[in-house]
Amino acid sequence: MNTMAEAIDKTTGAMSASELAGGIHSRATVGDFTVADPRMSCRDVDVWYGSKQAIKGVSLDIAQNEVLSMIGPSGCGKSTFLRCLNRMNDTIDGCRVTGSIRLDGQDIYDRSLDPVPLRARVGMVFQKPNPFPKSIYENVAYGPRIHGLTNNRTELDALVESSLRKAGLWEEVKDRLDQPGTGLSGGQQQRLCIARTIAVSPEVILMDEPCSALDPIATAIVEELIDELRANYSIAIVTHSMQQAARVSQRTAYFHLGDLIEVGETNDIFTNPRHKLTEDYITGRFG
Amino acid sequence: MTDPSVNPDTSTPRRAIDVVNASLKRRYAKERRFRLLGATAVGLGLVFVLLLFADIVGKGYTAFQQTYYRLPVTLSADLVDPEGTRDPRTLARADYMTPIRQSLRQLFPEVKDRRERRQLNSIVSVGAPQLIAEAVIANPDLIGTTSDFWILADDDIDMLVKGYIDRNAPESDRRVDDRVIGWIDRLEDEGRVAKRFNTIFFTHGTSREPELAGIAGALMGSFYTLVLALALSFPIGVGAAIYLEEFAPRNRWTDLIEVNINNLAAVPSIVFGLLGLAVFIGFFGVPRSTPLVAALVLTLMTLPTIIISSRAALKSVPPSIREAALGVGASPLQTQFHHVLPLAMPGMLTGTILGMAQALGETAPLLMIGMIAFIVDVPGGFTDPATVLPVQIFLWADSPERGFVERTSAAIMVLLAFLFLMNLAAVLLRRRFERRW
Ligand SMILES: Nc1ncnc2c1ncn2[C@@H]1O[C@H](COP(=O)(O)OP(=O)(O)OP(=O)(O)O)[C@@H](O)[C@H]1O
Ligand SMILES: [Mg+2]
Repeated sequence: MNTMAEAIDKTTGAMSASELAGGIHSRATVGDFTVADPRMSCRDVDVWYGSKQAIKGVSLDIAQNEVLSMIGPSGCGKSTFLRCLNRMNDTIDGCRVTGSIRLDGQDIYDRSLDPVPLRARVGMVFQKPNPFPKSIYENVAYGPRIHGLTNNRTELDALVESSLRKAGLWEEVKDRLDQPGTGLSGGQQQRLCIARTIAVSPEVILMDEPCSALDPIATAIVEELIDELRANYSIAIVTHSMQQAARVSQRTAYFHLGDLIEVGETNDIFTNPRHKLTEDYITGRFG
Repeated sequence: MTDPSVNPDTSTPRRAIDVVNASLKRRYAKERRFRLLGATAVGLGLVFVLLLFADIVGKGYTAFQQTYYRLPVTLSADLVDPEGTRDPRTLARADYMTPIRQSLRQLFPEVKDRRERRQLNSIVSVGAPQLIAEAVIANPDLIGTTSDFWILADDDIDMLVKGYIDRNAPESDRRVDDRVIGWIDRLEDEGRVAKRFNTIFFTHGTSREPELAGIAGALMGSFYTLVLALALSFPIGVGAAIYLEEFAPRNRWTDLIEVNINNLAAVPSIVFGLLGLAVFIGFFGVPRSTPLVAALVLTLMTLPTIIISSRAALKSVPPSIREAALGVGASPLQTQFHHVLPLAMPGMLTGTILGMAQALGETAPLLMIGMIAFIVDVPGGFTDPATVLPVQIFLWADSPERGFVERTSAAIMVLLAFLFLMNLAAVLLRRRFERRW
C-alpha cells in the first residue's frame, strides 16, 4: 500500500510547474517528498487547533544525516508541523493530529508509544528561547541528569562544557555557570537552549528559528554546529532566512497556509522553483 | 491653523504634538487624581487599623499585670506535712488557705466579726493556695518557716488597684465596699500591694475566676488544630490543584468539579461545622471538642481556598517552561516537580497561609463541634479536649466579670501576634522560594 502511494506521489513529483493543472491554485505537493532511507516519515498529516486546520495533509520524509529546512510565510504552520514530530502538540488543549508520523518505522502517535523517551530521541529548540529559571549549568545538566547519561560529576561537567562549547556559548558563560540562565541576553538564551537540547544527544533535532535572535557571528557558530551535527543526526530547521536555508540544508520544504507546496533539493528549490507560490516567496514577491 | 496643503511637511507633525501636549495635561491630572484616591484609601485603612489596635491594646494591656499581696506566711509542719514525708502528692493536697488567712488576721487584728472576717478572707484569690503549693513542692525547705509570699489577689481587688472601680460611686453600686477599700489602702501604704507580671495568663487554662484564667489552653488548642489542619490541607490542596490543572482531562466532570470547588469557597463556614458534626463526630466517631475534629473541619473549610490559589499559581507559570522540560524528555511528573512547582510555590504558600489565617480566626464551625466546652486543662495532644483562641475570646467576651474584659482584649492581642507570626513566616518562606530569575 505504501509503495502504491509512493508511486503516485512520485508521478506528481515528476510533473513540472507548468504541467500542473490550476497552477497557483493547486495545493498538491510539488517535488519528491520521499527519501530513500527515511529517519522520520510523515504521511497525510492534518493538524487542527479546535476547528481550525493548521496543517493540511502534509507528507514529508527526513533522511538520516540530512538537514531539512522549512520555509514559508509567517503563520503557515511550520512550527505546528515541527512540533508534531516530537508530540509537543500534545500539551496544547484542543490540538488534534491525524495521519501517520513514523520514527524509524514506528508510529510515534501510536497509543502504546511513550512520548517521554520519544522527546529524548527527538530534541527540540523552541522558537522563543525558554531557559529554565535555574542556573546556566543546571539548564544544560538537567536533561542528562534525568536520563542518567553521566555517571559522575566530572562526566557531567565535561558534558555541560562540551555542549556549551558546541553552541558557541562557553567562552561567554564559563565564569558564571551558577548565574541564572534567564539573566542572559536573548541570543545567549537561545544558544543555551541549543546546548540544553544537544546535551541529551537526540537522534533527530528540531530547530524552530534557532537564529532569529542571533547576530551574524553567533549565527555562523550555530550553522557550523548544525553542519557538524549532521554527521550523526537528522535535523529539521525552520528559518525565515533564505540564505540560511541555502547554506545549511540539503533539502528544503516550502509551506503555505498549512499546505506543503514544494519540497526538493535546496539547490533546485532556490535556483529553479517549480511552483508559482514558491517562486513568489523566494524571489520576495510574497510574504 | 496652517493649511496642510501649503506646507505639509512641517505643519502636520507640529499639530500632532500639540494635540498630544494638550491631552497630556489631562492625562497627568487623571493620574494624580487616581494616586490621591489610592493614597486616601490606604490612609483611611491605616487609621482604622490604628484605632483598632489602640482600642485593643488600651483595654488589654493591664491584663498582663496582676495584683499580688506580699504577706508573711507561716507554713507550720503540722498543717502542711504532718507526717514529715515531704511527698509531693501530700504537699500538693495540703491546706495552704489557713496559713494565708492566719497571716491576714495578724495584719488586721481588729477584724473580729465573723462576717467581716469572711470579707477579709475574700480579698485573696481562691487560687492563691495553689501558687504556694507549687512553691513548696519546688522547695520543701520552706516548711516550718515564715517567709514573704506573693499572694494572688481576688479579681475585684485587682480591678480596684488597676483603677477600674470608681471609688466615688455609691457604695451599693460598687463591687468593693468602703471597708475593703480601707484594708487595701492600708496594705498599699505598708507597701504590701504590687502589680506583677501575669504569668498565670500564659501558663493556665481558662477558669471561672478571671484572675486564674489563662490563654495557654486555647493557645495550645489553636496550635494543635492549625498544625494538623496545615498538614492535611496543604498536601491535599496542592495535590488536587496539580491534578486538576495539569493532569485531569478537560471534560464535563472536571468542569463540574471546578464549579463546585468555587462554590465551596463561598459556603458559610458554619455549614462546615454542621458537616463535621454529622460526618466526623456522628458517623466516624471522632471525639468532639478535640483539635483532631477541629482540624478536619477547618481542612474542609480551607481546601477550596488553597486549591483555587494553587491553581492560579500553577496557571501563572509560563507554558514555555513546561515545554522546555518536556522537550528534553522530562516526564509530566518530573516537569511538575522540578520546574512548575518551584515556580508556583510562592503563590501556593500565600494561598495556604491565607487559608490558615482564616482557619485560625474561625469560630462559628468550631462552636458546632463542641470547641465551646469549658475546658480548664491545657491540651497535650490532638485528641485532648481543647478550645481555640477565637472561641476563648468569644467565651470571655460573654462573661460578666470586669476582669474578663481586659483578658478578652489581651487574648485578641495574643491572637493577632499569632497571626502576625504566621504572616511573617509566610513572607520568609516566600522569600526563600521566590527566585526572581
Ligand atoms: N496554540 C494554538 N492555538 C490555536 N491556533 C494556533 C496555535 N498555535 C498556532 N496556531 C495557528 O496555527 C497556524 C500556524 O501557526 P504556526 O505557529 O505553526 O506558524 P509558523 O509558520 O510557525 O509561523 P511563524 O513563522 O510566525 O513562527 C497559525 O494560523 C496560528 O494562528
Ligand atoms: Mg513558528
